[in-house]
Amino acid sequence: MSEQHIKLPEGSIEKTTTTLNLGPTHPATHGVMQNILELDGERIVSTEQTIGYIHRAFEKIAERRPLYQITPLTDRLNYCSSPINNMGWHLTCEKLLNVNTPKRVDYLRVIIMELARISDHLICNSIVGVDSGAYTGFLYVMQYRELIYEIYEEVCGSRLTTNIGRIGGFERNFNDIAFQKLQKFLDEYPRVLREFENLFTRNRIFMDRTMGVGAISADRAMNYGFTGPNLRAAGVDYDVRVHSPYSSYEDFEFDVPVGTTGDCYDRFLVRNQEMWQSLRIIEQAFKKVQEFKGTEAEIYHADVPEYYLPEKEDVYTKMEALIWHFKIIMGEIDMPRGEVYKSVEGGNGEVGFYLISDGGRTPYRLHFRRPCFIYYQAFEELTKGSMLSDAIIVMSSLNLIAGEMDG
Amino acid sequence: MALTNEHIINKLQEKFGEEVSGFSDHYDMLTFVAPKELNLKVLNFLFDDDELRFRFLTDLCAVHFPDQKEKELAVVYHLHNLEDNVRIRFKIFTNINMPTVYTATGLFSSANWMERETYDFYGINFVGHPNLKRILNVEEMDYFPMLKQYPLEDQTRIDKDDEMFGRGGMIGFGTDKTTHRTVIESEKNNIGEDIV
Repeated sequence: MSEQHIKLPEGSIEKTTTTLNLGPTHPATHGVMQNILELDGERIVSTEQTIGYIHRAFEKIAERRPLYQITPLTDRLNYCSSPINNMGWHLTCEKLLNVNTPKRVDYLRVIIMELARISDHLICNSIVGVDSGAYTGFLYVMQYRELIYEIYEEVCGSRLTTNIGRIGGFERNFNDIAFQKLQKFLDEYPRVLREFENLFTRNRIFMDRTMGVGAISADRAMNYGFTGPNLRAAGVDYDVRVHSPYSSYEDFEFDVPVGTTGDCYDRFLVRNQEMWQSLRIIEQAFKKVQEFKGTEAEIYHADVPEYYLPEKEDVYTKMEALIWHFKIIMGEIDMPRGEVYKSVEGGNGEVGFYLISDGGRTPYRLHFRRPCFIYYQAFEELTKGSMLSDAIIVMSSLNLIAGEMDG
Repeated sequence: MALTNEHIINKLQEKFGEEVSGFSDHYDMLTFVAPKELNLKVLNFLFDDDELRFRFLTDLCAVHFPDQKEKELAVVYHLHNLEDNVRIRFKIFTNINMPTVYTATGLFSSANWMERETYDFYGINFVGHPNLKRILNVEEMDYFPMLKQYPLEDQTRIDKDDEMFGRGGMIGFGTDKTTHRTVIESEKNNIGEDIV
């Protein structure tokens, strides 16, 4: 076709690529973010990401909030696994305040954190399935996320934005129903996870859609600041739980699964394997918790009345609890001066808290290291030259959570 | 041989002499300060040296200290040596009137957005950054919101007409005679939390 059918105005330059706005409210972005894709046919030439649509100025707000009021802010970072963020925040405070938690508290925390990791990976992996055309897995595993949320509900009363725990421990002891539900989860979930794996792992269509898509080398992944499952899929065995154990993770036996190619398929496999490892950890922790007898089995917080917000019932009935409650709420307890960096292994990687205290009641500066924010900048490198439909899978297999990106 | 803090300090002092200072390892992390002109040299040295190998940029952020004259803004790098599992914190200070700092994007691709975020909130101008523009806030914003001179909005303010979100809505609800002025006038006598 030598002749041009559409006459362009004099002096205009013919554009050979198409610009496509993917987002901000596109169902495939799974969050509020914009991708401006430059397409040549269906191939991606370049991308530009716009984020910040749900920026809520948490770091600014945190400068005017006492420690216990910052916990609900951390919920809303990665809202698929908010308990991990909550625990990470409590651990940061405890490090600053020099609070040591009893073993039972550590184990209970481990149970909650690993449940959160399972629910996070479960969503991510099943969404990868949905984006490649397999809806069944997503619907099937949803009831087990529901069961996890019911366990949270027994422990703290809420489900998604959990605000779970306190500085020093938990707000209340785990009740029998929580343990029963946990047992039920441990009994039923392995079969479901195996079935879920059968649906995907050797599925021809799924493999074709994910293998070699969005691959990244270990070197580039580290340079881009990848952490968590995305880094491990590229072959680097960095796991905060192993490298700098917190909450007594050193007492547990588990493997750190690594991939080789860093593509979507490896990320899927690593996340699946991590769910098995999380189950292993929960089983061990559950056993350890059951070994506590007598008064030891009643411990659910550290003995630090000056920082631990007492149980509401005690506040109404006991003088001492009332005094401490009043002191904490009215801000008569000052923090020590210092700066602390503490990180935990979140659903997406290293969730870090950099806290500077000038001795007042509120942090002088609090910075959240949000893994999503850091690795999303690699998106262009991951998708350049691939098809439009691959971009969608890369996005979901990176597990982009808008809340965590925008802070 | 495990990498110890003493060894890192010796290495740094051997290379940079008196320029690096303020060593401390409060709360288990070695912290030190260097002049801002040297930030890239120090980062490069930490990255390239065969023993130090700090090749993972964990975090980059800024802090505002309005009371420190000429050193109002700090840029804080958290670096991680993944092989030996050692973390360090490296700080530089800059004048708020001339907040120019060399970019670390040449060394760490991850610094790209982290520096944009730091610019967005503190106005630190990273020299040589490929795409230094706002990332989380709107482009039209003409100030840097995390600086300490900008307070958070007072949540108890009731002068804002914001009925949809419940603020001030209850007071004036259904009547047009209610004014907010009386309440605000009495508020003027309160200075902070002290009751006059």
